[in-house]
Amino acid sequence: MTTIINIKNLDFFFGQGALRKQTLFDINLSLEGGEVTIMKGPSGSGKTTLLTLMGGLRSPQTGSLRVLDRELVGASQSQVVKIRRNIGYIFQAHNLLKSLTARQNVQMSLELHDFTQREAKKRSIEMLEAVGLGDRVDYYPEALSGGQKQRVAIARALVSHPKMVLADEPTAALDSKSGRDVVELMQGLAQEQGCTILIVTHDNRILDVADRIIHLEDGRLSQETLTV
Amino acid sequence: MKTPLAWLQLSHERIRLVIALAGIAFADILMFMQFGFRDALYESAVTLHRKIEGDIFLLSPDSTSLIAMDQFSQRRLYQARGIQGVAEIHPIYLDFAIWKNPITAEPRGIMVIGINPESDILDLNGFQENKDKIKLEDTVLFDSASRPEFGPIPELFEKEGRVTTEAGGRQLTVGGLVELGASFGADGNLISSDLNFLRLFGNRDRGLIDVGVIQLKDTANPEVVLAQIRQKLPADVLVFSKEEFVDFEMSYWQDSTAIGFIFTLGAGMGFIVGMVIVYQILYTDVANHLPEYATLKAMGYRNWYLLTVVFQEALILALLGYIPGYGISVILYTMTKSATSLPVIMSVSKAVTVLILTIVMCVGSGAVAIRKLSEADPADIF
Repeated sequence: MTTIINIKNLDFFFGQGALRKQTLFDINLSLEGGEVTIMKGPSGSGKTTLLTLMGGLRSPQTGSLRVLDRELVGASQSQVVKIRRNIGYIFQAHNLLKSLTARQNVQMSLELHDFTQREAKKRSIEMLEAVGLGDRVDYYPEALSGGQKQRVAIARALVSHPKMVLADEPTAALDSKSGRDVVELMQGLAQEQGCTILIVTHDNRILDVADRIIHLEDGRLSQETLTV
Repeated sequence: MKTPLAWLQLSHERIRLVIALAGIAFADILMFMQFGFRDALYESAVTLHRKIEGDIFLLSPDSTSLIAMDQFSQRRLYQARGIQGVAEIHPIYLDFAIWKNPITAEPRGIMVIGINPESDILDLNGFQENKDKIKLEDTVLFDSASRPEFGPIPELFEKEGRVTTEAGGRQLTVGGLVELGASFGADGNLISSDLNFLRLFGNRDRGLIDVGVIQLKDTANPEVVLAQIRQKLPADVLVFSKEEFVDFEMSYWQDSTAIGFIFTLGAGMGFIVGMVIVYQILYTDVANHLPEYATLKAMGYRNWYLLTVVFQEALILALLGYIPGYGISVILYTMTKSATSLPVIMSVSKAVTVLILTIVMCVGSGAVAIRKLSEADPADIF
């Protein structure tokens, strides 16, 4: 198995000078290809900060943070943008573009890679079919339910076959049934593509999909549990 | 072709797009009307200049424009006749008389152009066939493109063959019609013989003229003759080529009056109105889509991509708003022209100027609106 993420001695600080406050303390973590990991922890424990650091959305300061074998500490903006293209994101809010149809939203993700227009369109439709929205391809987000929108977001995150998917509270805005469906869908598709998944969640109902659960509390990875 | 995000973002909100385009069209119409009036003023001010058949013109140095002429001795004109290359010389008298509308008896100032009826110096519709008529005492030619306040002279003339009214305290007969056009300075024009002119303006001296027109032989080199005349005549007359004569009048209206400033200011207001409207649209677009734009950045789109989306939107708005703005302005120009007798015309240079201003207006607003884009930080949307 390849190592997707390798974090060593990572500290993170917010603010400057007297207001400088440490939010992450000496994080050591590695995620292997194909693993589904769930990160738990109370609000304010630094989960989202860690997630944004891994996704190249925030610049790490000290220690070592390697994503897909590239060091992110001290990386240039353009290197970071390249890494982002290999990561799929799923947000608590679906963040779909309202002026684009479901298919166009998914296609925006493929247009970062070298696909012909025809190929991109075909793959987008196939991906929407895979998430069970084959009959909603040309719908605008406002015409879709919350669960359907989140499924479009999953299709968008997975269509370009990323090496890793980062999901921040993907079920928070959904009822338990849709939440469950969405997570199982993510897990199934990711397994098919052999991609690593990291889910940040409070939702105890979905813990069973994880290969591994990690806890973050007060900025420290306090324990690692392997689920059976 | 990639997904045309800029166009999709704009066209998704139809009503907002229509309002934006209406706003830009409105700004364009404002600019077109201001430029139209300004150019019409300048152009109308030199209509007569362009219609005088002459190569070199003499003016008093104290003259500032056709509506503020000073006289000079016509001896200067005769002096010029002796120069090699000069074919003919013609004096022109100019003054304003009070014309009484024959229907309503309403008085109004009209410009009287006094010329030698034997001469051939006006290139006006109707002048050739009618110029003999002004040899009759107190008979004039009426400019049919004068403002309607002078009375329905062309209609009356067509119906009755002659029109009489009072002007400058004399009974005048309209013996024919010519077509010249109103200017901001003169609402209407009469062509009169020099003799009738002096009858009408009893205080004017035959020897003091307003414009001296010099026609050159076909073989003469205008620049050489111009230089010779300048050298020979004393400094109490200005010597102009035809082009300089036109420029002299135009620069009076451009530089010595508030007109240019007023119309440019008016056009500037249109520009600012448009800029505010476009800024509002683009800013709202960016602000409403911040989480989505941040998501695009998280997916790996560069900041550059989002900048091009905003600027593409600006350009689309500029071009789509310009089309109705142009179309409506052409209609308004036609209406203005028939209502004011001023030469308000759509020219290529005006169309291009306003198009460029529209693009600058939209792209400029875009440049301000993109500052909002920096708030689309993907670290904040998680």
